[in-house]
Amino acid sequence: MESIIVLWANVRAEWVKLRSVRSTLWALAITMAITVGLSALFCSTRVARWDRMGRGAQLIFEPIGFSLNGIFLSQLAIGVLGVLVMTSEYGTGQIRATFAATPTRGTVLLAKMKVFFLASLVVGEISSFAAFFLGQAILSSKSSASLTDPGALRAVLGGGLYLAGIGIFGLGLGVILRRTAGAIAVLVASVMILPQLVELLPSPWNDDISKYLPSPAGQTLFHITSTRPSLSTGVGLFVFLAYPLGACLIGWVLLRTRDA
Amino acid sequence: MIETTELTKRYGDKLAVDHLTMSIPSGQVTGFLGPNGAGKSTTMRMILDLDSPTSGSAKVNGRRYRDIRFPLHEVGSLLEAKSVHPARTARGHLQWLADSNRIPRKRVDEVLELVGLSAVAKKRAGGFSLGMGQRLGIAAAMLGDPQTLLLDEPVNGLDPEGIVWVRSFLRSLAAEGRTVLVSSHLMSEMALTADHLIVIGAGRLISQGSVADVVAGSSSSHVLVRTPEVSRLMSVLTAEGAEVSTDVDHALRIRKVSIERIGQLAADNAVVLHELSPQAASLEQAFMELTHDSGEYQTELKPPPPPSTTSAGGPN
Ligand SMILES: Nc1ncnc2c1ncn2[C@@H]1O[C@H](COP(=O)(O)OP(=O)(O)O)[C@@H](O)[C@H]1O
Ligand SMILES: [Mg+2]
Repeated sequence: MESIIVLWANVRAEWVKLRSVRSTLWALAITMAITVGLSALFCSTRVARWDRMGRGAQLIFEPIGFSLNGIFLSQLAIGVLGVLVMTSEYGTGQIRATFAATPTRGTVLLAKMKVFFLASLVVGEISSFAAFFLGQAILSSKSSASLTDPGALRAVLGGGLYLAGIGIFGLGLGVILRRTAGAIAVLVASVMILPQLVELLPSPWNDDISKYLPSPAGQTLFHITSTRPSLSTGVGLFVFLAYPLGACLIGWVLLRTRDA
Repeated sequence: MIETTELTKRYGDKLAVDHLTMSIPSGQVTGFLGPNGAGKSTTMRMILDLDSPTSGSAKVNGRRYRDIRFPLHEVGSLLEAKSVHPARTARGHLQWLADSNRIPRKRVDEVLELVGLSAVAKKRAGGFSLGMGQRLGIAAAMLGDPQTLLLDEPVNGLDPEGIVWVRSFLRSLAAEGRTVLVSSHLMSEMALTADHLIVIGAGRLISQGSVADVVAGSSSSHVLVRTPEVSRLMSVLTAEGAEVSTDVDHALRIRKVSIERIGQLAADNAVVLHELSPQAASLEQAFMELTHDSGEYQTELKPPPPPSTTSAGGPN
């Protein structure tokens, strides 16, 4: 009971922190702009090239996941914001004020996760829905989907959840590493570079390992079909969420004993 | 009441705080003195549970700091390093702090008023001068109207106006009967504001007590006697266990025997005295003498000249 009261007080505090810095709002706006803007760009290019695509490619074209592909870039904006939620406190020394006000550090971390997860989920879902509707509108003359199609709603919701998950992953890395540059490097490496490197391994190792990495596992949330061997959506969700939660868990263990 | 027991902090092979046991009395301003690198900031961070001790413990009002549910109501702190996000406004900073400890929002405006920052409440803290930043830090410390305050070098780097302001603020805290631990590497600063002193050097406790005690405990404090019968009085006093040094003009500087006892011995032995007077060390002398063996940067601290030639301790 005691700790619930402290947690709620900190949720309020973290909410104030999040919205009282202008760069937060910028990062959230950029996440939205990239998700929606890239969707529009990809979809219009696809429409322009449609007739040259060939019959086979036209048949396997899957418009739902395709309209959400902007997420592969916008995940960086939300992930970096997640990193900054933590590392900016260390960088400015504010972390000492935070822990002097709330010495139970796990509670602070939980409050940050809660607030940032909700904020990035809302932004993620808005971005995902907007990208979907705009994308389908652009694709409508060729091959498009509606939200009532099988799997469509799940994929669109999944896109928002993916973004929120990457945001929390960034936050967890920020707790572990404390430095902005280092945490961003690890974030970019794990969601963008690692899948490319694993690709270079001899088959079947590349496929076996690749599907467990955060982005391929998380991609099962917003893609309906996949051209590569991948996990089922259920297992994918589980594996994907293990990254943000695992990072936060490691961060929590470190936080408990580390000097602020 | 703040207490530390055998508090120790080691950074690698550097012993920053070395088995420090001290208690900070309630309702007083305690000056926490020591040269740079003595371990003051580290001790304060350990009291606040920001750094974990290598061994030993610190308690605030009988509890570990981390066991206080909403600590800002009980303990306010101003740390040495800035702990404010520069992109946030003064009010924004105080607002999240207030929320984290369930302090009513109206208190934010009260403390801004208290430290004279109301006019810049909506300005970003990043643009604040050192003095304004320090005021914001003090506003944050006062947010929960705490009975206990920990202030780490609050006047460091301030301009004269800021120094005067902090001093009068400290005095007002004392007048309100709050428990204040304020660190400084300047004895003179503490003499103006502190009731009680704790002196540390190289992480170890050197002296604690009232300002008068600490000064009296200094070997620069002694009794000056002038007499035409120097050698006779000297033998009487050394027999009594006194530490005596001779000076020009038939003067003796005497330590380890009280002034009353010296007067009595002189009368008993019919020694004529021309002067019998207590010589208090200055605060700075006492401090330098206490810490000159322990400072990290010893060159900054000149030990007082040897007592036999000193003219120190004259009326001051
Ligand atoms: N985080 C740290 N890592 C390594 N050494 C430290 C750290 N903090 C303080 N020290 C060292 O511990 C000693 C005490 O420092 P500090 O507590 O800041 O002294 P003071 O506040 O009295 O000037 C110094 O030698 C300092 O260099
Ligand atoms: Mg210091």
